[in-house]
Amino acid sequence: MAAEPAHLRPPPLDVARVRADFPILATQVHGHPLVYLDSAASSQRPWPVIRAVEAYETHSHANVHRGVHALSQAATAAFEGARERVRRFVNAQSVREIIFTRGTTEAINLVAQSYARPRLRAGDEILISALEHHADIVPWQLVCEATGAVLKVAPINRRGELEFEAFERLLSPRTRLVGMAHVSNALGTVLPVKRIVEAAHAAGAVVLIDGAQAVPHLNVDLRALGADFYAFSAHKLYGPTGIGVLYGREALLEAMPPWQGGGDMIRTVSFEKSTWNELPYKFEAGTPNISGAVGLAAALDYIEGLGLPAIAAHEDALLKRATAELQALPDIELVGTAAHKASVLSFTMKGVHPHDLGTILDAEGVAIRTGHHCAMPVMTFFGIPATARASFACYNDEADIAALVKALRRAREVFG
Amino acid sequence: MDLKDLYRDVILDHNKHPRNFGVLEGSDAHADGHNPLCGDRLTVSLRLTGDRISDIRFEGKGCAISTASASLMTEAVKGKDRAAVQALFERVHALLTDDAATADPALGKLAALSGVREFPARVKCASLCWHTLNAALESGDATVSTE
Repeated sequence: MAAEPAHLRPPPLDVARVRADFPILATQVHGHPLVYLDSAASSQRPWPVIRAVEAYETHSHANVHRGVHALSQAATAAFEGARERVRRFVNAQSVREIIFTRGTTEAINLVAQSYARPRLRAGDEILISALEHHADIVPWQLVCEATGAVLKVAPINRRGELEFEAFERLLSPRTRLVGMAHVSNALGTVLPVKRIVEAAHAAGAVVLIDGAQAVPHLNVDLRALGADFYAFSAHKLYGPTGIGVLYGREALLEAMPPWQGGGDMIRTVSFEKSTWNELPYKFEAGTPNISGAVGLAAALDYIEGLGLPAIAAHEDALLKRATAELQALPDIELVGTAAHKASVLSFTMKGVHPHDLGTILDAEGVAIRTGHHCAMPVMTFFGIPATARASFACYNDEADIAALVKALRRAREVFG
Repeated sequence: MDLKDLYRDVILDHNKHPRNFGVLEGSDAHADGHNPLCGDRLTVSLRLTGDRISDIRFEGKGCAISTASASLMTEAVKGKDRAAVQALFERVHALLTDDAATADPALGKLAALSGVREFPARVKCASLCWHTLNAALESGDATVSTE
């Protein structure tokens, strides 16, 4: 973040108080206090989320949108209240644009199958970046296989930044859809999504932004951003697993066919013909993850309580500190050195495979992710099979960085 | 959990200086092994004299456990016939997975891998080379995956 005048800076996060909100941080791992640096894979849950889910299960559960009895109405109110909470958090126009899914992956697949597949023809193009997570590659490959459309990939540079001019050159009248990460999960690069949306729209393409790694760290204002679709998951922003969100512009969603059939998504059913429910229910067949939605709403309350600017400033300070400390270590090479990054520090250690690093760090209680991070093309680009990745969340502190550095020194000792 | 059990000197030595590393020119059989979980890849190529492995090499990129295990394997199976290799594979498998496994003198240097069973996430690293060797012996040309 750029330096701001003191009066504009958010008050610093009270990290000790934040840490006390996350009961799992009291866990001991192999005799060491847990140092959790894997929030980019899945973040932990604070008490308010755990308690909101428990309170729902204890007092309010029934099926939604179905019954006239008291509990069904309570569950429906909780579920639809969560939808409104999400709408407010990302500043969407209407709750009709907020579709609950199992997560980011399902949200992208919904757009691929319901928006792209019926519309695209042989020779049409889908444009993504070389930074994408497999969830923003494979659904489009399935569409290409079914339609004859072609997948195009905008390149990145050695710092892990999108080559914006090359991206613009790849845009053409054939480009029907652009799928792009907001923040790279493997490298932490923050992409210039506003410029991407504007350039894609100028070329007549529809844009989906994969926001899974962005929403926990950056303020996302969908009306300001102007993306046509935006996908994210609850479990990366202190909420439960198995629940996520697809935002879609209402006019686009209206024109799209349902992608799964079943209860809740219909208005009338006969054996001759069924008619579809209104938005957003048209895309929510079957009993949804009600407690998940309740947990997600509580997570958004929690984040807003801390303040995203304060969280972002805190994480940014940790990322800068960790980057400097790791650069000072012998034999560490950072992978992904973009000018604008969020939360993620990917690296390798000379002579030590990331998998071995993961085991040695785990023995010290330090949880990091090792592997290809579901972004094999990114690893191929850098000519490595895998990286070690530390990622920071609101509950991490400088002691976590010290533990990471100590564990990396231990790895160096073991491997000599 | 003691890291020294996993990363014994023999393992570290074979990781740093893998034996029989490279491609065997004019091999009779080879197979590729892949562990998609960690990205490890290795190729085993071998020459057969009758039923006997007269020469064997491996190459690839992998973690210390996978590299050392492959290196130790090539040393252990060279000169053995198929039945002896199969018997050895079963002993190694027991060593990696069976908590009740006791010291097995037939394993020789391969016994250095006994620490792996305390680290269940790493068993596939150690066994990848053996599955790859099996595939090479069975089909003469194959790709195996741990997943």
